[in-house]
Amino acid sequence: MDKELFVFLIIASVKIFIVFNVVQVMVIAMIWFERKIMAHMQVRLGPMRVGFHGLLQPIADGIKLLFKEDIIPAKAEKILFVLAPVMTLVPALCTFAVIPFGEAINIFGYHIDMVITDINVGILYILAVSSMGIYGIVMAGWSSNNKYSLLGGIRSSAQMISYELTIGLSLIGVIMMTGSLSMVDIVNAQSKMWNLVLQPLGFIIYAISAIAEVNRCPFDIPEAETELVAGYHTEYSSMKFSMFFMAEYANMITVSAIAVTFFFGGWHGPYLPGVVWFMLKLSFCLFGFIWLRSTFPRLRYDQLMHFGWKILLPLSLFNILITGLIMVVRGL
Amino acid sequence: MIHYLPILILFFIALGFALTNVGISEILGRKRPTKEKLTPYECGVEPVGSAHERFSVKFYLIAMLFVVFDIEVVFMYPWAVAFKSLKLFGFIEMLIFIGILLICYFYIWKRGGLEWE
Repeated sequence: MDKELFVFLIIASVKIFIVFNVVQVMVIAMIWFERKIMAHMQVRLGPMRVGFHGLLQPIADGIKLLFKEDIIPAKAEKILFVLAPVMTLVPALCTFAVIPFGEAINIFGYHIDMVITDINVGILYILAVSSMGIYGIVMAGWSSNNKYSLLGGIRSSAQMISYELTIGLSLIGVIMMTGSLSMVDIVNAQSKMWNLVLQPLGFIIYAISAIAEVNRCPFDIPEAETELVAGYHTEYSSMKFSMFFMAEYANMITVSAIAVTFFFGGWHGPYLPGVVWFMLKLSFCLFGFIWLRSTFPRLRYDQLMHFGWKILLPLSLFNILITGLIMVVRGL
Repeated sequence: MIHYLPILILFFIALGFALTNVGISEILGRKRPTKEKLTPYECGVEPVGSAHERFSVKFYLIAMLFVVFDIEVVFMYPWAVAFKSLKLFGFIEMLIFIGILLICYFYIWKRGGLEWE
């Protein structure tokens, strides 16, 4: 028994090491891709100087941020101010624990699932942990002792909790059809057909809510430069600023990974290995974020809240009832 | 419970990573604080009053509505998992539940709880 536990922990640690580093690299790559794709969509070149086509630009930016002066405003609440970026980044990185990224393999007689850990409440875990990040945003907004930060923090948290409701509701349709909260079970249930085909309305609601949840364009009101400077991280500089940045990109990867797992069949796909399929689908979702950002103008705050509470919420309840009705009529 | 151990490991790694990030800029970054640099940013003018002001009560309302509705969502998760075995009974139960929820929802709507003027 002890040996079994030991082996389990060793395998888990290796997987954590790999996933953690892949996520870091993806965050860095995302920053480069976003700048490059946005630039080309606007008929510009984007970063070109540092490395081949600006490939080393994110690393140069990282080094620059590392050596920047770390300003803590005199009137800020020091402890909360320092804790806020930690509180935002840690939950964003913890959500990757339950995302399945490939089919199980056998090495040296050990059966290895391509997921850090397959807990039976997987999606609940992700929703619970990712909403912890809101505390960090509220703390940042409050502790900065800056009016823009406070407004940005409050707006952000109100937006995130509103759209969290619809995220939760939009996924219920899939859970009803699968009968499990485990991410691995949900992927396995889609070996024949993607849930996207069976839950089109659920996917649309999820996609809109997910974009609002991670504060991305066209729902990036908390960071509206024209009215709020930089929102809740106005007063942050140096690595603390980059931690908010990292958390935002990590959250984007998380919601995209949930979309892939729930609606695009996870790692299932012909010919290529599962991991490659998963990364391809994930990249497609992330590209969607950038595409939307360079296409749509920003909404007004009241429009955003109306949309969430008056359209998406009833629509997601309707989706649950319709799914239930069809399942009952077709005899499950 | 063994399956939750890797989450704990990941949590400590993420925490260590975040704390290292906070510490490293503290060490590497140069420090030349001036009085102006340490005042909160307010478009370049002297900050007026404290930033810890009262803000719109709408946000409290949204927070309270969220708590109420999120509990409904949490209640729906176990129902959704068990839906295949509950069959028609479960569906009618949820129909009643969502019906009551919708009555409250439209009450809030009519009372102007969802308005942003």
